[in-house]
Amino acid sequence: MKELNSVRFEFPSLSANEGFARGAVACFAAQLDMTLTELGDVKTAVSEAVTNCIVHAYPDSVGPILLRLRILEGGELEIQVKDKGRGIEDVERARQPLFTTGGDDRGGMGFTIMESFTDSMKVRSRVGAGTTVTMRKRVEKRRKAR
Amino acid sequence: MKLTATQESGRLTLALSGELDHHEAKNLIRELEERIDTGLPRDCVLDLEGLRFMDSSGVAILLKLHRRMNALGGRLFVQNVQSQPMRVLDASGIDRIIEISA
Repeated sequence: MKELNSVRFEFPSLSANEGFARGAVACFAAQLDMTLTELGDVKTAVSEAVTNCIVHAYPDSVGPILLRLRILEGGELEIQVKDKGRGIEDVERARQPLFTTGGDDRGGMGFTIMESFTDSMKVRSRVGAGTTVTMRKRVEKRRKAR
Repeated sequence: MKLTATQESGRLTLALSGELDHHEAKNLIRELEERIDTGLPRDCVLDLEGLRFMDSSGVAILLKLHRRMNALGGRLFVQNVQSQPMRVLDASGIDRIIEISA
């Protein structure tokens, strides 16, 4: 699918950056004529993905989080959230609802929400090397990128 | 994130406004539990009218408050939930455990 626009940015895994990340994604996504509900879904999915990096990828340290956003032909937003943290041993298990290694401060709902609030979600991970989550959100028909 | 607490006899109302994510949740849960432990209410009402954004960190908080109120023999109600937080609560299935109204 042809790329119409893209942006990349990197920030340290500090929880204060969670709000920044979803706000920045919402600003970029404004180029697509998303409904408020779609925009809310995107912000929620980004918030979950970035929080996962902070809580799980770098549990005892601060490391880089890389965000890559792409607007694709046909009105689709691709969001890639990448870390260089400790990785996920069993991705299938981590994607299960209510599975968490984050204690009771995390509900184990992160991947479930990312999956249900986007049209597709791929997770690639290698223990010791990091995790990349790629999500795609289609904008309703009859809406096009400006 | 702003918290306003009001108590009338056995009913404690905790009103949240702003955005609730993992960053905000860390301090908020301590503050909410303190209010409950001090007020020892029979009913705790969490008013989310001013809450513009919430992710699954909010679901974890609701579950914690629910357990806290259960331990006290009381109940937790969640009211005035706006559309984005409601989508997160719907996806979590938490409405099977906690009484939630829009």
